[in-house]
Amino acid sequence: MIMDSNKNFVVGVFDDEDVLLSAVEQVREKGVRIHEVYSPFPVHGLDEALGYRRTRLPIAAFMFGITGTILALFTQTWMLGYDWPMDIGGKNHASLPPFIPVTFEFTVLLSAFGMVITFLIVSNMKPYSWPRQFDLRSTDDKHVMAVDLADNKLSKAEIGRILKDNGASEVNEKNF
Amino acid sequence: MQVTSTIRETLVTGGKTVRDVSEDISRQVEGKPTNLWWTAFGISLVFLLFGFYCLCMLLWNGIGMWGLNKTVGWAWDITNFVWWVGIGHAGTLISAILLLFRQRWRMSINRAAEAMTIFAVICAASFPAFHMGRLWLGFYWALPFPNAFGSLWVNFNSPLLWDVFAISTYFSVSLVFWYMGLIPDFAVIRDRAVRMGSKTRALIYNGLSFGWQGGAKTWMRYESVALILAGLSTPLVLSVHTIVSMDFATSVIPGWHTTIFPPYFVAGAIFSGFAMVLTLLLVTRKVFHLEDYITIYHVELMNIIIIITGSIVGIAYITEFFIAWYGQVPAEQYAFINRATGPYWWAYWSMMTCNVISPQLFWFKKIRTNLVSTFIISIIVNIGMWFERFVIIVTSLHRDYLPSSWSMFYPTMYDVGEYLFTFGFFFTCFLLFAKFFPVINMAEVKSIVKATSEKKH
Repeated sequence: MIMDSNKNFVVGVFDDEDVLLSAVEQVREKGVRIHEVYSPFPVHGLDEALGYRRTRLPIAAFMFGITGTILALFTQTWMLGYDWPMDIGGKNHASLPPFIPVTFEFTVLLSAFGMVITFLIVSNMKPYSWPRQFDLRSTDDKHVMAVDLADNKLSKAEIGRILKDNGASEVNEKNF
Repeated sequence: MQVTSTIRETLVTGGKTVRDVSEDISRQVEGKPTNLWWTAFGISLVFLLFGFYCLCMLLWNGIGMWGLNKTVGWAWDITNFVWWVGIGHAGTLISAILLLFRQRWRMSINRAAEAMTIFAVICAASFPAFHMGRLWLGFYWALPFPNAFGSLWVNFNSPLLWDVFAISTYFSVSLVFWYMGLIPDFAVIRDRAVRMGSKTRALIYNGLSFGWQGGAKTWMRYESVALILAGLSTPLVLSVHTIVSMDFATSVIPGWHTTIFPPYFVAGAIFSGFAMVLTLLLVTRKVFHLEDYITIYHVELMNIIIIITGSIVGIAYITEFFIAWYGQVPAEQYAFINRATGPYWWAYWSMMTCNVISPQLFWFKKIRTNLVSTFIISIIVNIGMWFERFVIIVTSLHRDYLPSSWSMFYPTMYDVGEYLFTFGFFFTCFLLFAKFFPVINMAEVKSIVKATSEKKH
C-alpha cells in the first residue's frame, strides 16, 4: 500500500507476537534501525530484541522510598521528642517501635507516587497530549513496527521488502 | 498459532482472539446503559440519598444521633469501618500478591476487584471521619499540622493515628495501582473511538490514558512499575489490617487484648473480601456477558481461597477461647463466656454459623463450582464477617468493669442510615465504573489469550 513519496516512516504491521519477535531480530540484523514497536500488550523479550537498556525506575522507587523513611523518622522524632515532648504513661518521649508503622506507610507512599510520577515524566505521558499514532490497531490486536526513514540509509522500498520478508502482514507509510 | 496446554486449565473460553477481547470488553463502555443498569443505579441512588440525609442530620446534631452510650462507645460505626476495610483487602490480594506469585487467573478479575477495593476503602474511611463529629476540624486532629493549641502534634504512639496513615496510604497506592492498569485500556477505547468517528469520546479517553501509545520502551517501564507497585502493595495490605486490629489489640479491654489479632484480622479481611468479589463478579459476569472471561474455574479458585481463609478464621475463634481458658484471667474468661452465652449470643452464633460452617461446604466440588450456591454462600460470609466485628466490638464493651455501667447497644435510624449510605455510595461508584471503564484488564488478558484460550474447533 505504498502511496506518495513524502512519507517519513515505514510501518510494518504484524499479527503475531512470535513472528514480530523474530522479525525484530532479523530486521535489525539487516542493518535497519527501528524507531519503536507498538503493541497492544507487553511482549516478553521485545525490549531485549530491540536492544533497550534495563529501566532504572526501580532505583528511582528506592530513592523515593528511602527519602520517605528518613523524612518520617525525622519528623516523628522531632515532633514528639524535641518540639513538644509528651509524657504518656512515663514512657520515653520518642522511642523507635511506635514510629515504625507510620514510617513504613510513608515509605510506601513516597516510593509509589515518586516512581509513578517519574514513569509518567520519562515516558512523556500527559493527559493533554495526543500521541503520534502509526496505526490505530496497535492498541487492538496488531503489533506495529515503525522505521524512521531519516534514520536509515536503505530506501523505503528496501525496508518495506525486508519487513514483508520477515512476516509483516502489511507495510504502510506514515507522515507526521 | 494457538497453543493449548494440557496441564493448565483454560482461562479464557469460547475460542477468543486478541481482537475479540477488545471487542467484548469495549462494547459495554461504548454502548448505552441497559435498563437493568438504570434500575440498579436508581436503587443505589435512593440508598445514597437517604444515607446523605442521615449524614447531614448527624453532622448538624452531633453523633448523639447514633445509638452509642457511655459504655458502648464504639458500635456500628467501627464495625462497618472494619468490615469495609476488610472487603477492600481482596482486591489488593488479587492484584498484588497473586501478581508476585505469577497466578495468571487473576488477570480477568483484578480490575473489578481493585475497583471494589477503592470504593470499599472510601466507605470505610467515612465512618471514623464522621465519628470525629466535627469533620471539618478533622485535619487538625488526624494529621500532624501545626495548630492553634501551640503546635501540639498528633500522638504518633497511637494505633488510631497509625490507622490514619495506613488507610490513606492504602487508598492512594491502590488508586495509583488501579489507574496504572487502566491506562493502556483507556487507549484501546480512544483508538476505537477515533475509528468510529466519535471525537468527544476519543478526547476524553485520550486524557484518561495520558496519551498512551504502547511502545516497547513504555511497556518495559510499565511492567517494571507494576511489579514494584505489587511489591509495595503486598506488605502494605498486610500492614493495613494489622494496624486496624491494633486499634483493639493494644488496648486493655478483655476480649480485645490479644496478640492473635493481626494475623486473624488479615485472614478475616481476605475471607470477607473474596466473598464480596464473588458477589459482585457473579452479577457483573451475568449482566455484561463475561462468561468466557470469568469462568467457573475462576469462581472455583476464589472459593478455594475462601475455604482456606475461612478455616484460618475458624481456628482463630477457637484459639481465642482456648487462650482465655488457658490464660486463667477471670475478666478474659468472662468476656468470652459472655460472648457465647450472654445477651449477644445470637450475634456470636450467627458469626460462627456463617463464618466457620458455611465456607466448609466448599469442600464439595459440586458446591464450589455451582454459581447459585457460591452466590448464596458469598452473601452469608459477608453477613458473618459483619457479625464478627460486631461481636468483637460490642460484646467486649457492653459489660464494663462495674456492673452499674453495664449496658446494651441499640442502633438508631442514623446508625442504619450511614451504613446504607456506604452501600449506596459503593454500588453507585461500582455501577459507574462498570459502565464507563473497561471491567476487565484487556491488555493483560490479551497477553495470555494465545497460551490459555480454548482451542478453536
